[in-house]
Amino acid sequence: MRFLSRRLIHAVLVLFGVSILTFLFTSLAPGDYFDEMRLNPQIAPETVVALRAQYQLDRPLPVRYARWLNSVVHGDLGYSFSYNSPVGPLLWVRARNTLFLTVTATLLSWGLALPLGVWSAERLGGLPDSLISWMMAGLMAVPDLALALGLLLFAARSGWFPTGGLASLGFESLSPINELRDLTLHMFLPVAVLVLTALPLLVRHVRAAMAGVLHAPFLRAAQGHGIPRRRLLYRYALPAAANPLISLFGFSIGALLSGSLLVEVVMSWPGIGPLLVEAILSRDLYVVVGGVLLSTLFLVVGNFVADVFLYWADPRIRAGPVAK
Amino acid sequence: MQPLIQVEYLVKRYSSRGVLGSGEVVSALNEVSFSVAPGKTLALVGASGSGKSTLALCLACLERSTSGRIWFEGRDIAALDEKQLRAVRPQIQLVFQDPASSLNPRFTALEIVTEPLLVQRKWGTREMHERALALLERIGLSRGMASRRTGEFSGGQRQRLAIARALSLAPKLLILDEALSSLDCSVQAQIANLLLELQSSFVLTYLFITHDLAMAAHLGDEIAVMNRGRIVEQGVPEKVLGAPSHEATRGLVAATPGSIVTPRMPGGL
Ligand SMILES: Nc1ncnc2c1ncn2[C@@H]1O[C@H](COP(=O)(O)OP(=O)(O)OP(=O)(O)O)[C@@H](O)[C@H]1O
Ligand SMILES: [Mg+2]
Repeated sequence: MRFLSRRLIHAVLVLFGVSILTFLFTSLAPGDYFDEMRLNPQIAPETVVALRAQYQLDRPLPVRYARWLNSVVHGDLGYSFSYNSPVGPLLWVRARNTLFLTVTATLLSWGLALPLGVWSAERLGGLPDSLISWMMAGLMAVPDLALALGLLLFAARSGWFPTGGLASLGFESLSPINELRDLTLHMFLPVAVLVLTALPLLVRHVRAAMAGVLHAPFLRAAQGHGIPRRRLLYRYALPAAANPLISLFGFSIGALLSGSLLVEVVMSWPGIGPLLVEAILSRDLYVVVGGVLLSTLFLVVGNFVADVFLYWADPRIRAGPVAK
Repeated sequence: MQPLIQVEYLVKRYSSRGVLGSGEVVSALNEVSFSVAPGKTLALVGASGSGKSTLALCLACLERSTSGRIWFEGRDIAALDEKQLRAVRPQIQLVFQDPASSLNPRFTALEIVTEPLLVQRKWGTREMHERALALLERIGLSRGMASRRTGEFSGGQRQRLAIARALSLAPKLLILDEALSSLDCSVQAQIANLLLELQSSFVLTYLFITHDLAMAAHLGDEIAVMNRGRIVEQGVPEKVLGAPSHEATRGLVAATPGSIVTPRMPGGL
């Protein structure tokens, strides 16, 4: 358990550091939300000063950070100037949508990458392997944005998929099955972009890791006992190749998350991405800090999940330092 | 009596692709022919690199032979495809020359020995564990060691584990590729006797590969001498080692101090 508790402390420290950095950077950028008001002749300068005082933007940075941290500890993420509402609930709805996209894309891309990589490694150098390699290289060469725009264009031309948003009008009146269908159709494009951009790297790594262990003598020995091929691949070879892949899993969550933020903006998916962009442009300080922090939290949780996997998958780590 | 395994003109070539594709072909086995009767032991000796391990791998169908036939119980197993082979594999077991790397480092000793049984689907979990533990005990690994992972064993213990695993499937043919060489003399004698015991109780057939001529004479009903991918001499130990006809055999005998041939006593040393 020491392995996991150390990782947990590490995670909390990362969150702490990121909060300080975001606070610092957003404050270093010139101006704040109320600067625009000053240009507005209908608002008296005194009002702006009073507003700034009310939101304590006139206090020095360390004081603001300390107050913010204090309220975060008490479950309050601050107040959004432009939405005129608390940041917490605002972020929560958006975060749910982002999470929905990222988790689906993560599961789907690994669900595809594992069998493809194993299949490739098993036929190393053969026709299916080269075919997959070329396809993946091709996919890798296409920039994420171009892929997203291409798919959007395709959807708009064919009319097969809705080109934005999360649900159709009148979503509430649909039957559960149609609701699911509507959601799937709306998710298809953003998830497709995410999966297609993540896949090449994952397949390559699975293939390389598997190719490294497929010739291990213990696999050959197991083959000699008449153990079936599938069991050899998934019970012997894959666990032996798993450790680097599990670390990659943590990393892939991060990549998919940041990819998701971009795709959300392009495909107008109501997640954290568009909210952050808006908030940054209007200098809605606490939304920016909260959004960045929440994304970091996802990342940290993703990596922690990977660590738990690692702990669970490798009996030698579980056994602790005895099994050197 | 019909032989359990009969090898005819077995050839194995490795092509190593050098720089710029200048392919170099190594003939590891060159028209090897021999046969072993059920319940007998053929001891295989030969200089390093003479092709002993290659022969072992080909017989266990872990390397595809280039040409030739391997008759096992009346079937040419060299011609079978992977699916047909699965039924044959449990009957021919190989203890690898390097046992450490042939054991999955993630498995415990108990898992190592039960895994082959698991796939056979002949026994329930309890019975499998009982069989495995009994086997481990018989080979000299205590019950307390059964839950240890292979990385925590000594070289000799791993070798025993590898032997136990091979025996767990109750094979008809057991190929031991220098399986005793990393054990000390007393344990060697102990396991050699165990092998003889098992042989008489289960009608096991052994192909026993070794560098130790005394052990070859002790265990082998016959001795075959390999040299550069060929079997150059084969016969009863007294004849092969007492009056070697091939120069390679004479070289091996000359390199071994003391007298080798001790008449084999029924029931051990
Ligand atoms: N995978 C391989 N690829 C190419 N050549 C090989 C391969 N395996 C073995 N050889 C060659 O085949 C020949 C026979 O090797 P083998 O391992 O069968 O010898 P051996 O008799 O078992 O030797 P030792 O007593 O040292 O174990 C050697 O020349 C070796 O270099
Ligand atoms: Mg060898």
